[in-house]
Amino acid sequence: MNQNRIIDHPVLGHLENKTPVTFTFDGKTYEGYEGDTVASALLANGIRQLRVHEESGSTRGIYCNIGHCFECRMTIDQTPGVRACLTELTPEMVVESGKVQPTPFSQPEDMPQTYADFTEKHTDNKEGDPNA
Amino acid sequence: MRDIVIIGAGPAGLSAAIACREWDLDTLVIDEFPKPGGRLVGQLHQEPDGEWWNGIKETQKLVDKAEAFNTEIKCGVSVHHIEKVDNGFAVHTNQGVIDTENLLVASGAAESPAPLPGWTLPGVMSIGAAQVMTNVHRVRVGNKGIVAGVNVLSAAIARELQLAGVELHSMALPAVNTVTKDAGNPKKVMDGLVRIAHLAPSAFLRFGSKFAKAAWIRNLAVNFYPKGGVKMWGMPIHIRKAIVSINGTTQVESVTVCKVTADGEPVAGSEETIEVDFVCIAGGLYPLAELAAVIDCPFQYVEELGGHVPVHNQQMETPVEGLYVAGNITGIESSKVAGAQGTLAGLSIAKKNEKSNAELDIKIAEAMKQVKTIRETASIQFHPGINAGRKKVEKAYQAYEQANA
Repeated sequence: MNQNRIIDHPVLGHLENKTPVTFTFDGKTYEGYEGDTVASALLANGIRQLRVHEESGSTRGIYCNIGHCFECRMTIDQTPGVRACLTELTPEMVVESGKVQPTPFSQPEDMPQTYADFTEKHTDNKEGDPNA
Repeated sequence: MRDIVIIGAGPAGLSAAIACREWDLDTLVIDEFPKPGGRLVGQLHQEPDGEWWNGIKETQKLVDKAEAFNTEIKCGVSVHHIEKVDNGFAVHTNQGVIDTENLLVASGAAESPAPLPGWTLPGVMSIGAAQVMTNVHRVRVGNKGIVAGVNVLSAAIARELQLAGVELHSMALPAVNTVTKDAGNPKKVMDGLVRIAHLAPSAFLRFGSKFAKAAWIRNLAVNFYPKGGVKMWGMPIHIRKAIVSINGTTQVESVTVCKVTADGEPVAGSEETIEVDFVCIAGGLYPLAELAAVIDCPFQYVEELGGHVPVHNQQMETPVEGLYVAGNITGIESSKVAGAQGTLAGLSIAKKNEKSNAELDIKIAEAMKQVKTIRETASIQFHPGINAGRKKVEKAYQAYEQANA
């Protein structure tokens, strides 16, 4: 636990007197520190993937870490769409990753999974396409 | 109804709050982040005199001072709308509506994205994200990374990552596309690099002095840029190499890098794969100004200040009655300038109810002088021609006042 912590720092000093905070992520128990955000506590535990794209299922993690991009939206204590980077970790918090949502009008397997997929699917010259 | 609500608890907002409380205004500071300090908390760099600028300590000083004046600071409050109402504003937040006579928007800056194929993979983050994780949360963002984007901000933060023992392979440009544009152009990047020559006292000085101020020398430097990059603190900075794609299935596994011409055109067949597990994207900063826009504040585009900024005068007043701005929302500058602007804005707000207070007039004149002094001595300058940019905004304010007189 906390294997990714920077314990010693030449200017900021030694990390000490941290109060542990336990929480669960997708049913498994983890430990963070008081003052952590959900995003930093997860990353400290080596967890980078916070959700999958609601339609394509491709993996997502933090991007901006200051609340602008909404890439870190998760379900926290039963509330969906909460930004992990702005949410302070509290004891016994229940954190769940973002899942694929029903897509009644398209099939997830039709969605591009990688950038190569995307370019392959979107470079077909369509008749009448001004960008083609 | 409050006298003043300050949106943003960074250096500008906290300094403004202190000034407002010194003049006994009913003040509330709100911020979306769980801790006060804004982007100041992540900052850590060595000044030319060798002293360390530690954002966590600087923040604590500001918070202590604000608390000594019984300033109310509420964190974890997100503002999603502002309405102009009779005699003031209604600030809509996730914790209800707050009414206030005056409003100071000190929302700071955001990072410009530099999208690259594969940039949605976990392990890719903005350079500012890595800064906060490293210095504030003390979390290692990965084992070995690469920085896409060479500019003032990324050079400073790359050094911070190194200090914390986080390994960086190198810094290179993001490949040119319709979004990255100048950030992927070696000549434009070199123009920017000249301005950070003084950032680090030793190694970087030598680096910067190689390229001098003359444009033709910079062009020469771009054309004959060393193949192995120029090393800063032992880490190569490449401005003739660009990151073309970020690769991996469920997270970052590698990047593909290619050589580029002096104009940023990729050299075919020069691709190489570098194994990394994280990528920091550094597209530079722009003023975060949406909240001023929703209450009809006029804007001016000023390249020297980093983008669209709310029109304001030297006392930090906008043409919207009761609306003030301070800090990076007015243009990208150092946190010290932001703090000085905050103090000035706070005094200007106090002045509204103390029209003929001679002491306050003197303080405002001093605060205006202080902003200029700090600007001139700033060790980090994000954009060239800051003063020219500031003049443009001042002119826009005068033009707006005349048109509406």
